[in-house]
Amino acid sequence: MSLVNIDNVHKYYGDNHVLKGVDLKIKAGEVISIIGRSGSGKSTLLRCINGLESYDKGGITVDQMEVTSDEEQIRKLSKSVGMVFQSFNLFPHLTVSQNITLAPKLVRKVSAEEADTLALQVLEKVGLKDKASSYPQELSGGQQQRVAIARSLAMQPKVLLCDEITSALDPELVGDVLNVLEELAAEGMTLVLVTHEMNFARDVGDRVIFMHQGKIWESGDAKEVFAAPKTPELQKFIDAVL
Amino acid sequence: MAYNFQFSGLLPYLQNLVDGLVTTVVITLITTVLGCLLGTLCAAARAGQSSFKSKVVGVYVELIRNTPFIVQLFFIFFGLPALGLRLSAWEAGTLAMVINLGAYSTEIIRAGIEATPKGQIEAAKVLGLTRFQTFVRVVLPPAIQKIYPALTSQCIIVMLGSAVLSQISVQELTFAANFIQSRNFLSFEVYFVVAGVYLLLSIGMRQLFNGIHYLVFPNLRAQR
Ligand SMILES: Nc1ncnc2c1ncn2[C@@H]1O[C@H](COP(=O)(O)OP(=O)(O)O)[C@@H](O)[C@H]1O
Ligand SMILES: [Mg+2]
Repeated sequence: MSLVNIDNVHKYYGDNHVLKGVDLKIKAGEVISIIGRSGSGKSTLLRCINGLESYDKGGITVDQMEVTSDEEQIRKLSKSVGMVFQSFNLFPHLTVSQNITLAPKLVRKVSAEEADTLALQVLEKVGLKDKASSYPQELSGGQQQRVAIARSLAMQPKVLLCDEITSALDPELVGDVLNVLEELAAEGMTLVLVTHEMNFARDVGDRVIFMHQGKIWESGDAKEVFAAPKTPELQKFIDAVL
Repeated sequence: MAYNFQFSGLLPYLQNLVDGLVTTVVITLITTVLGCLLGTLCAAARAGQSSFKSKVVGVYVELIRNTPFIVQLFFIFFGLPALGLRLSAWEAGTLAMVINLGAYSTEIIRAGIEATPKGQIEAAKVLGLTRFQTFVRVVLPPAIQKIYPALTSQCIIVMLGSAVLSQISVQELTFAANFIQSRNFLSFEVYFVVAGVYLLLSIGMRQLFNGIHYLVFPNLRAQR
């Protein structure tokens, strides 16, 4: 069974039909890139996967748990689904290490020592072990985003959702973040990335999903999709961004 | 117009002044702690999900902020006994101050809470924190940090307002001053000295609050 199962999901914001029957199955270890124009529903889809947004029709399961907007259920899901945001969203009053250990201690009831060890492990992974006692304000955007990734990893999720996590970064800092993602992919982490980094989507991603007007308009093997788009909409999109 | 200042005339009453000062400090301490606590709880209710609680707090805040403190004090001390609630002057005075600070600090703390970026709350939610954990661990600390100067200024204002408690014969600093000048008629000297003591109290509180700020929020010490 797939790790993530999205079955005919519809979502409305008032009259605005934002997701129009999305079907998507994601296997463990897959790296999925979601691309598409602004407003096509990429973020909404991602946010439905971990219950941050409710959906109106259809069904989603992650790790055999049904996704509902019930708070208790979202908390359970948090152990399987991690999310990294465009705007980092680190907690400014906590050190890097405290940012990372907060949830493991409160949610997974890990002891303080274990949590500290865990923090160093995940910081090592993102190459920021020496920043454990820094505050977010002392870090560059790229470093903050890597800490945000580390913070998610500390919850040991089975799938990591990333919503345009390099879009707020200065161009010279994007590479470091993408490198971390590439390493995670190589280690077998399931990744669902909404991204504008087309080269990354093509070279690291297994599968590309092109969203258009609230639907999965086209999808397929990453390299093939970019080499031979089938729909004029995707062709136009690729021409515009590449 | 030659007035002969007689500050030495205060010396026999030094103990009264010290006792009054101690009472003012103790009441201020209690008020600061309980008032800020009350303000935090009310701000949480104001920002929370229950619209009933939010409205109740709203009425409380508007009631207190739009009536004179001395009337609130008299109501509690002279009015409530009609309902069977009889408090000593000291209790009534402290209660009035806590209620007063609670209302003002509610609005101040709420402003801080509302300034918390939505993304940080979502991040906490995605990490699996409960609503309560999110409020206490993620929302509140930066909120307090942001509004700390406004909040502590309000605490100082309330400390100065404690002078009004002399009107219901709480034996605090101003009460002591009134008492002394009724005995030795050295009004200028007494109120001059007491004004100076209030001034020092304010400055001292501000220093203390600043120290606490850096102690409680070590991220303020980190360079940008
Ligand atoms: N919180 C919201 N309230 C109302 N409409 C929203 C909200 N979030 C997104 N939308 C609308 O849903 C559509 C899809 O948005 P989104 O999923 O953010 O697209 P994308 O991430 O692909 O740019 C847009 O039309 C957007 O205006
Ligand atoms: Mg988006």
